[in-house]
Amino acid sequence: MARKGGSALRRARAWLPGLLLVTPSIIAIGVFVYGMLGWNFSLAMTDKHDEVSEGNFVGLQNFVDIWDEPRWHLSVNHAILFTVVFVLGALVLGWFLAFLMEKGIRGEGTFRAIYLFPMAISFVATGIVWRWLMNSGQDERAVGLNRLFDVVGLPQWAWFRDQDWGMAAMAIPAVWQMSGYVMALFLAGFRGIPEELREAARVDGCTEWGVYRHVVLPLLRPVTLSALIILGHISLKTFDLVMAVSGKQIITDVPAVFMWVAVFDFHDPAKGATIASYIVLSVAVFVIPYLIWSVRKERRS
Amino acid sequence: MRRRWLAGITMAAVLGLAACGGGGGPAAPTGQASGTGGGAKQQVEVFSWWTGPGEADGLKAMKEIFEKQNPNLTFFDAAVAGGSGDKAKALLQSKLQADTPPDTFQGHAGAELLGYIKAGDLEDLTFLYDELKLKDAFPAQLVEQISYQGKIYSVPVNIHRSNILWFNPSVLKEAGVAAAPKTIEEFIAALEKVKAKGKIPLSIGSEWTVTHLMESVLLGSLGTDAYNALFKPGADWGSADVTKALNDFAKIMSYAGDPQDDWQPAAAQVAEGQAAFNIMGDWAYGYFHNPPEGGLGKQSKTDFDWAPSPGTEGTYMWLSDSFTLPKGAKNRDGAVAWLKVAASKEGQDAFNPKKGSIPARKDADAALYTDYLGDALKDWSSNKLAGSVQHGVAVSQPWLASINESVGLFIGTKDVAALQKGLVDAAAANAQ
Repeated sequence: MARKGGSALRRARAWLPGLLLVTPSIIAIGVFVYGMLGWNFSLAMTDKHDEVSEGNFVGLQNFVDIWDEPRWHLSVNHAILFTVVFVLGALVLGWFLAFLMEKGIRGEGTFRAIYLFPMAISFVATGIVWRWLMNSGQDERAVGLNRLFDVVGLPQWAWFRDQDWGMAAMAIPAVWQMSGYVMALFLAGFRGIPEELREAARVDGCTEWGVYRHVVLPLLRPVTLSALIILGHISLKTFDLVMAVSGKQIITDVPAVFMWVAVFDFHDPAKGATIASYIVLSVAVFVIPYLIWSVRKERRS
Repeated sequence: MRRRWLAGITMAAVLGLAACGGGGGPAAPTGQASGTGGGAKQQVEVFSWWTGPGEADGLKAMKEIFEKQNPNLTFFDAAVAGGSGDKAKALLQSKLQADTPPDTFQGHAGAELLGYIKAGDLEDLTFLYDELKLKDAFPAQLVEQISYQGKIYSVPVNIHRSNILWFNPSVLKEAGVAAAPKTIEEFIAALEKVKAKGKIPLSIGSEWTVTHLMESVLLGSLGTDAYNALFKPGADWGSADVTKALNDFAKIMSYAGDPQDDWQPAAAQVAEGQAAFNIMGDWAYGYFHNPPEGGLGKQSKTDFDWAPSPGTEGTYMWLSDSFTLPKGAKNRDGAVAWLKVAASKEGQDAFNPKKGSIPARKDADAALYTDYLGDALKDWSSNKLAGSVQHGVAVSQPWLASINESVGLFIGTKDVAALQKGLVDAAAANAQ
């Protein structure tokens, strides 16, 4: 008996400290992430359209109704345009920077630090700077990039005040901020490809381009996917950058800004919660398949 | 190892404090203020969005009077930066919902406060109006427009005018426009003449400045009584008169230059002679006139001039900054003492010349208000009154948000029918 109790104690000693260590964060995440998510979804299914009323359960009514609003369509379209320009821009630029690094550049460490540095800055600070760089002032009032364009004789542009392509301009600071990070991911990917594989391809008579086309790029697929997931979810919930550059204006409205306006200007908690739910769901569309894929991959290996 | 633990705990504690105090900094503990510790100075937390040049100076002038009159109270400035108070209002909202209101907060007098009133966040201030005889000190029409169900919830400290047409006299002369246009038709003709000369006829800023322009065009096209009736129960936003007014607005907007980042660069285009006209509130006067640290340092009547916006002569479209008494204020007596200063002749005469606005009281010292402010004071006592839409007098916050949404969509689509439908829906959903 005594021996058995002793071994139970010994076993408890093995797992108890670990459990105690993670319990606070499990509870905190349970309450502040999943609990709040659940609360948000339940609020989105009520008719609490002002702060004083109680709110009754109305099911998916709010989720359907919001598609009647022209502003919702506009903000969704803006989010899609922003996502396409931002994700493609950051992937291509990040890949290209990593490619240059990988070709063996002198002082690589310095360049790596320079390109990675923007990621250390908050989107708000980036936004404040780019708000000036992308100022819409033209001719003698031009500042920032428009001044530069004026000097070198390129046509000036209204940037994020352009009715049709303003959201594409809004993605430029985001590309600037995140492409260094994508570069770091790709660089790690490049370095992870054994030199023997390339050598083998070269021996088989592959051109240098062919080595990239048939050996390097396929092996970079997992890295590309990770980068896509990270950029995609940042993009869909973008808020701080837009607020810092343009403020809450319809011309650059995205779902997250619309959510702020719904809560703090319309004083409509249910509508804000509905938009928040859509943002969470759209991010989940990116993240969940990725999680399933990576779990499966782990099992396979 | 232990030190790292300590650092972690301290960090968490600091973060927790910062979250609770709302960034109050070292002067945050308003909690102490409620305790009447013998002789200790009590703190009064005054929440506003006055941090810019001019407005912050005015607040400081009022603070000095307050501390002189109340030696046992200290003034705690809880101002949150950001034009027109967007960020301040969002923070205020969270403070009110958490039942930790500031002792007193700034808000635009009128319908903007309705949300707070209906949520039961504000104390009725009728007792203060009776005690200080404020109903005699403020114009009767002002008292009527800020009353809700016979009760008054705020003390207006100043009056701004929103229907001002700012223009550049030399650009007008060059384009052959003799004087400031008096009607909408004259205005459109003048815009056309300026356009022919290759200058920007009308400068415009971010989206809220377009709503600001629209309220002036509605007032100028509909007339004061019809405009005021739009905000009463049963108003008809779908009428043919409103259609005509919105068509005028669309026509005027077709002369607008490229949108600038905010109202200041748009106003500067007029002062610097690139644009002829700009419709903006009278805070633009301070920006034009003040020395270069905060303003443009321009000469009034030569570099820039003003007139009531077209069709609105004889009407003062007003807005007012006011202070309130939230329910559950930590230091209620201190807040009341602050409201007394804000309501007093002395307080208003200290604040307004610096802020570039006129006092709400009728008995202010007229000698302190010169140049534009002299004109404004004269008009304030003689004109009919109309409430501003964009600046919180005529409509509640949700109603304004709906109007801004319709106007924002209109800038993209230029669709007058959709704009009118948006305005009709906004009124139907939010009629007070």
